[in-house]
Amino acid sequence: MIQFSDEKLAKVKEIIARYPEGKQKSAILPVLHIAQDTFGGWLSSDTMDYVAELLQITPIEVYEVATFYSMYNLKPVGRFMFEVCQTGPCMLNGSDDIIAYIGNTLAIKPGETTPDGLFTLKTVECLGACGYAPMMQLGKNYREHLTKEKVDAIIEECRKHAAANN
Amino acid sequence: MGVKLLLEKAQVEGIRTYEVYRREGGYRSVEKALKTMTPETIVEEVKKSGLRGRGGAGFPAGMKWGFIAKPEGVPRHLVCNADESEPGTFKDRYLMEFLPHLLIEGLIVSSFALGSHATYIYIRGEYAWIVDILEHAIEEARANNFVGKNILGTGFDCEIYVHRGAGAYICGEETALIESLEGKRGNPRIKPPFPAIQGVWLRPTVVNNVETLASVVPIINMGGEEYAKIGVGKSTGTKLMSACGNINKPGVYEIDMTISVEEFIFSDEYCGGIPKGKRLKACIPGGSSVPILPANLTLQTAKGETRYMNYESLADGGFATGSMMGSGGFIVLDEDQCVVKNTLTFARFYRHESCGQCSPCREGTGWMEKILKNIEYGNGKMSDIDLLWDIQRKIEGNTICPLGDAAAWPVAAAIRHFRDEFEWHILNPDEAQKRNYGLAHYADAIHVPTTI
Repeated sequence: MIQFSDEKLAKVKEIIARYPEGKQKSAILPVLHIAQDTFGGWLSSDTMDYVAELLQITPIEVYEVATFYSMYNLKPVGRFMFEVCQTGPCMLNGSDDIIAYIGNTLAIKPGETTPDGLFTLKTVECLGACGYAPMMQLGKNYREHLTKEKVDAIIEECRKHAAANN
Repeated sequence: MGVKLLLEKAQVEGIRTYEVYRREGGYRSVEKALKTMTPETIVEEVKKSGLRGRGGAGFPAGMKWGFIAKPEGVPRHLVCNADESEPGTFKDRYLMEFLPHLLIEGLIVSSFALGSHATYIYIRGEYAWIVDILEHAIEEARANNFVGKNILGTGFDCEIYVHRGAGAYICGEETALIESLEGKRGNPRIKPPFPAIQGVWLRPTVVNNVETLASVVPIINMGGEEYAKIGVGKSTGTKLMSACGNINKPGVYEIDMTISVEEFIFSDEYCGGIPKGKRLKACIPGGSSVPILPANLTLQTAKGETRYMNYESLADGGFATGSMMGSGGFIVLDEDQCVVKNTLTFARFYRHESCGQCSPCREGTGWMEKILKNIEYGNGKMSDIDLLWDIQRKIEGNTICPLGDAAAWPVAAAIRHFRDEFEWHILNPDEAQKRNYGLAHYADAIHVPTTI
């Protein structure tokens, strides 16, 4: 059942109030972020339809936005998504090796998810951390100055987190 | 040590909090502006300061403010462009993360000058944790009557909202940002009408970069004329540079635009030189879009003069032998780097980020990536180099927004200055998989012909 809690509905209301009367469509990006976080880390068509209903816009207006922005996942992803930057400055500092190492360690290719549903590896374009390369985004935060040892530690940290929260 | 106007207090412990920021002299410009100045005199000061937009284009900020239409009864908006996404650029992130109140302070003064009662910070979606920092700072400012109703009893109302994007480089282009803020895909609009006449929700809108708006604080505090005395020529004030690539001390530096490129790269105060004593091969001084320069043209102009870290000097020689200040994303390549590979990652970036609206950019960026991939991975043909040149020429100037140009320039400059490296990849496909071309003659001093 796709339905926000009262608390989240209040948040949506607060976001809509940031924009002028009748311009509630402006709230679409922030509300899709909340929806993705709430409903399993991706946007199903049911989720998008729900957001359309909340914002009183047509479903197609939500679909066209959700498919445009790279942070919205249109299919299920692992519980932990490693989004590794591969653009210029990160490449100059060895991001190719880091991507290959993560792929080998987890036995997946970029774009794939481990069979246990824990990890997804995704290559992304510049995240604005060029001075702290190589780097990746994990959830809300950046992990920077990556080395193979750091990657091992992050994977371990995720496994522990998953075990503790099952 | 050069003069610091923005980052002077960045290392003060607790400067992220209102209390410490205020104690260190923060929010003085709001008191001065709202109590002793009019919107017109603030715009005048910004014009006098010579401040140029810090997002990349370098357009005079005061002039941009002067364009805003003021139709009766129609609200106006200031939008802060925090969609920092140009590869090599991470200065706005640093400013927002460590000095959030400096941005809020600049936003209030600028909102007053432009008559914006609802101001938006459009921040790239990936900077998720900075949204929390900014929202906390706004709440602190509100608790101290610097944001909200009747600010400091002056009768001026101003709300500041943080609007989080969702991953799209194109939204750094101001009309795409406006579309995105309206809840649509980030497709740039055809100009005119310019945002100053019809921007967000068809209301007069000014979109300025984070650093530009933060710079309004020292301009108001010291006066536009004093600000203009810092720097050189039309490069006034200070500029934040985000330095990265193959350097010992990557990070964000505030420069006063009078130092040389050589000092910036090699002095310990800034980049600290290149790791392991390697030699400089090339430099992209202003973010991935600007032309790459070989070492010799990085340190000197074609005339053999010292190149300086300012708008004019970096652009000296035009695109034939110069580059641009751009966003200040300063990328250094050492002697072991491959220019073809680097250009390929940028081409892939622009293909990924093209909004798809204009055919030359949508198709051309994909073709360039494909051809560069062929060359890099040993499947190139000699005719590919001219083909690449032809494609980039057909993108440049033929699109609604500057993303097309931004995609074309790095490819053009790489071929212009490093053509022999492309040819070597094509002629030696097997060897090119095992080693890089190296430094070649790129670091040789420039031969300046003498004319009598």
